[in-house]
Formats: sequence, structure tokens, C-alpha cells
Amino acid sequence: MAQNQAMTESPIQRTIEAVWRMESAKIIARLTRMLRQVGLAEEFAQDALVSALEQWPRAGIPDNPAAWLMTTARNRALDELRRRKLLERHSDAIAYEAPIGRTAPAQPDMAADDDIGDDLLRLMFIVCHPMLATEARTALTLRTLAGLSTAEIARAFLVPEPTIAQRIVRAKRTLSEAHVPFEVPREAERTARVASILEVIYLLFNEGYAATGGADWMRPALCEEALRLGRILAQLLPREAEVHGLVALMEIQSSRIGARTAANGEPVLLLEQNRGRWNHLLIRRGLDALERAEQLDGPSGPYTLQAAIAACHARAARAVDTDWAQIVALYDALLQLQPSPVVALNRAVAVAMAYGPAQGLQIVDAIATGNQLAHYHLLPSVRGDLLEKLGRFAEARVEFSRAAGLTHNARERTLLLGRAAACGSAAQ
Amino acid sequence: MKVMVMVKATPTSEAGIMPSEALLTAMGRFNEELVKAGVMLAGEGLHPSRRGKRVRFNGAQRTVTDGPFTETKELVAGFWLWQVKSIEEAIEWVKRCPNPMPEESEIEIRPLFEAADFGAEFTPELQSRDAQLRNRIDGAKSGHD
Repeated sequence: MAQNQAMTESPIQRTIEAVWRMESAKIIARLTRMLRQVGLAEEFAQDALVSALEQWPRAGIPDNPAAWLMTTARNRALDELRRRKLLERHSDAIAYEAPIGRTAPAQPDMAADDDIGDDLLRLMFIVCHPMLATEARTALTLRTLAGLSTAEIARAFLVPEPTIAQRIVRAKRTLSEAHVPFEVPREAERTARVASILEVIYLLFNEGYAATGGADWMRPALCEEALRLGRILAQLLPREAEVHGLVALMEIQSSRIGARTAANGEPVLLLEQNRGRWNHLLIRRGLDALERAEQLDGPSGPYTLQAAIAACHARAARAVDTDWAQIVALYDALLQLQPSPVVALNRAVAVAMAYGPAQGLQIVDAIATGNQLAHYHLLPSVRGDLLEKLGRFAEARVEFSRAAGLTHNARERTLLLGRAAACGSAAQ
Repeated sequence: MKVMVMVKATPTSEAGIMPSEALLTAMGRFNEELVKAGVMLAGEGLHPSRRGKRVRFNGAQRTVTDGPFTETKELVAGFWLWQVKSIEEAIEWVKRCPNPMPEESEIEIRPLFEAADFGAEFTPELQSRDAQLRNRIDGAKSGHD
């Protein structure tokens, strides 16, 4: 969508963009149902957008712009279906008697509007299919479900536009060649397929959330987009606990966006944040979503557990009120599901907060002997912090220096070297 | 962006006349659409202003006034909070809203301040926090964020 720059100029084009964003996923979903091919569906939907961009500025915005776009796209799809039928007939040795062009195509597209949710869900399952590489899934998701242009996706991921364009083309081809059925997967496959969608959504969220610079408007927009997709999915799959868990996690993390960066762009750590700046509407929504996740049957999944940890922080009016024992218990459960040294390190910090630095240090030392985090600067950084709290300044200094040597972030390096120097003085 | 969408009061809403069943149904459907689209963050209807109070500020003085209040058009009968991509998207959604009142009425859209809008306003306090941070930086805690 090279028109995107122009879209920011005239009000009518901004309106078209707004309607497009509201309708495109539904149109693509409906056309995929008709054509059984997501790539072609997306192209025809784009054609409808182009028509709108040509016609609406001259003829004015139609009374029902959503229906206009849907009808225009659907007519393209009907033409395609007629063309396919013709081809079939021509290549068929036995000629049919039925008059060509008069027969209506099979009419799955006439399904009631209520079914659009089902189509949308099927579309999500297709574009997030595990056969696609994660980056292909995310690009295709933004393109088909969020209505973003290739240029916008490229800006969001800070990669050249042709790279994204190619990714999308390849992903469409892969899907088309594999003939992935347009359906909600059955039980056996379902968990993995849902996980694949959740992975994409959370990746989008983190892509936006991790960016500290905030110079590019696209990156916060990714958080909002991910949250929106999560909220939509929670409506479509209300019985999937992990969907609610992920929504809860994203709502609560989003609630801190206003408090986590200082005006000069420096990050403000969780325990230092002004909790009055947290968005309490989002916290409330997050806690509600977490409750929904926990009320559904079965043990909590990783997103729900992470949301529960985030909720412990969200519920504490002050940092000192944090229920660290509960956080330790949640990390215990998370570690069972995701035995990763990074989770273990986070758990160690929680243990130190709950039961004292000596307890935490024992765990950190155990992780250190595992050697998996040898190049992870947070390991010596945590160790240094715990040693410092225990008054073992000489050892702490060594750890902070080591952490400073491992981090790639200049600001963090300065801070760590400062702490090393402070421990050096204290040790004497 | 987030917007507050306010349904302005009318003589009917100020009289406390409840919406018809048909309107309630249509509004319910509209709200459902908003939720399904991931747009709806919150929404409530308000009692007529006769059940409201106003607290007037004048220097150190605080004076409480009972409703009802005049200037009906300026009163709010209900509101939503929406998450949208643009004000144009909010307009499109509002256009799809069932007509909320039997008489002529208005719905007003107001963007919320976002953290980025504050700019320099944030500085003093956050800079002092930043100073604290320099003394107490702890890499591991960021793992919780």
C-alpha cells in the first residue's frame, strides 16, 4: 500500500484507511472461505481498497462503506469462481449442459453475518499455521488481520520493505501449496495451533514493548495491535484459558507503559515506577481476564502464570507490599512448564526478595554452575546485587565488572561500572 | 489511541425515561460488535443529572450544588472508552451506533491524553526518579517488567 503516505493527508483517505482497518480482516476471511486461498483473498481485498481509494474521493463515501468494500471484494471473488468453473468445463472431456455463467457458484459466501467470527477465527489459524516460520506468521498476521501495509510492517520491524513483501509472498505460496484446510482445528491439533497464534500475538506485543526509544510511532502501535488481536481472540475462543492468560499478561504489562520510561528515554524499573501512573483501567481488565483464565478447567499454562506474576505486582499499592512469596510459588510452577535458566534467575530474584539475599544467592550459584547463562549479563548483575546486600563488597565488585563487560547497552554498562566502583570503595 | 465517546444528554434522558426495548437490544448488539473488534475498553450509562452533584472550586472554597443541572446539551448521558487506531476509526464506529435518543442528539469523541502527550510535564518527577535509579539500578528487577 504505497498510498499510505497520501492517506495521512486528506480526511477522506483517512476515513478509507479507518474503514479498511475495521473491515479488511473480515473481508479477507470471507473471501478465503469462498476461494479457499488466503493469498488470493488478500489480493482481491486489496483490489477493493484500491477501488475505494479511486472512487470515494470522487463519488463521496458510500452510506455503508463496510458493505461497499465487502461487496466489491466479493464480486471479484465471484468472477474468479466463475472463471475457475469455465476452465474446469473447458478442460473437461464431458461437456455439461448447464448454461455457463448463469449458475450461481457454490454459496458458502452467503453465510449469515454472524458466522463472520468463525471465518475470522479460521483465518487466524491459517495465517498463524506452525508450518510457517515465526517471522512469516507475524508479517502475514499484521497484513491480513490488522490491515497494515507492507511499508507499515517494515517500519514496525525495522527491516526493508522488500524483505517484508517477500516474506508475505512466500508465506502465501507455502499456504497455498500445502492446501491448509480453512477450518478450526480439531482437539488433537488444537492446542498446538492455538499456541502458534498466541506466540505470534505475544511476539508482536514484545516487539513493541521492548523498544525503549519510542521514536517510531509504529512500535507502541504494535502493542496496541497485539492487545486488540488478543481481545478479539478471547471473544472467539472463550474456553481457551491461555488466550485469557495472554490477554491478562498484555493488559497488565500495557498498564505500565506510561510509567516505565522517563522523559529522557531512560527506563524506569518496575519497583521504582510511580504506581500512580499505571493505567488502572488496564490493570482491572487484566485482573478480570486472569480470573477468567483461572476459572477455566485445567492447570494454568505459561501465559496465565506470567499474568499471575504480573498481577502480584499490579495488586501491590507500593513496591514494598509485593507478595514475593506468592511470586516465588508462581515461578516454581512456571519453571515446571518452562525449565529455562532465565525463568530460574527470575525466580532467584523473587526468592531473595521473599526470603533474603542469602537464599537467593544459593539459587543463583546453582544456575551459574549450569553454565547456560555464561554470557548473560543479568546473571553476574543479580549475583553482584545479592552479594552487595550481604555486605560481600569485594566479590560484588567483581560481578558488577563482569556484568558491565557482557552488556551491549552502553547506559547499562555505565550504571554497572558505577556500582562496581561503589562496591570497590565499600570493600576497603 | 484511546478515546472517550460521550452520549450527550437530551430532555428525554434528563427526564429519566428509559430507552425502548428495541433500542436496548440494538445498543447491546453494537456493544457486542465493539467488544468483538477489540475496541471496547469500558462503557457506562449515567443517571439523569438530578441524581448528580457538583462541587464548585473557588480558591480554597468548595461549594456543593445538587442536580439537576441546566444546559442539557452539555450534560453527558453515557460514555465509552475505546481503543482505536485513529479518530477517523472512532467516527466510523460512532456512525454505526444506533440512534441513542428519540429526539435530536449528539455523540462527542474526545481523545485521551497518552503518556507521550505529556512530554516535558513528566520531567521533574521522573528525573528525580531517574536519579534514584542511578543509585539503585538492579538489572534483575527488569526481568519482572
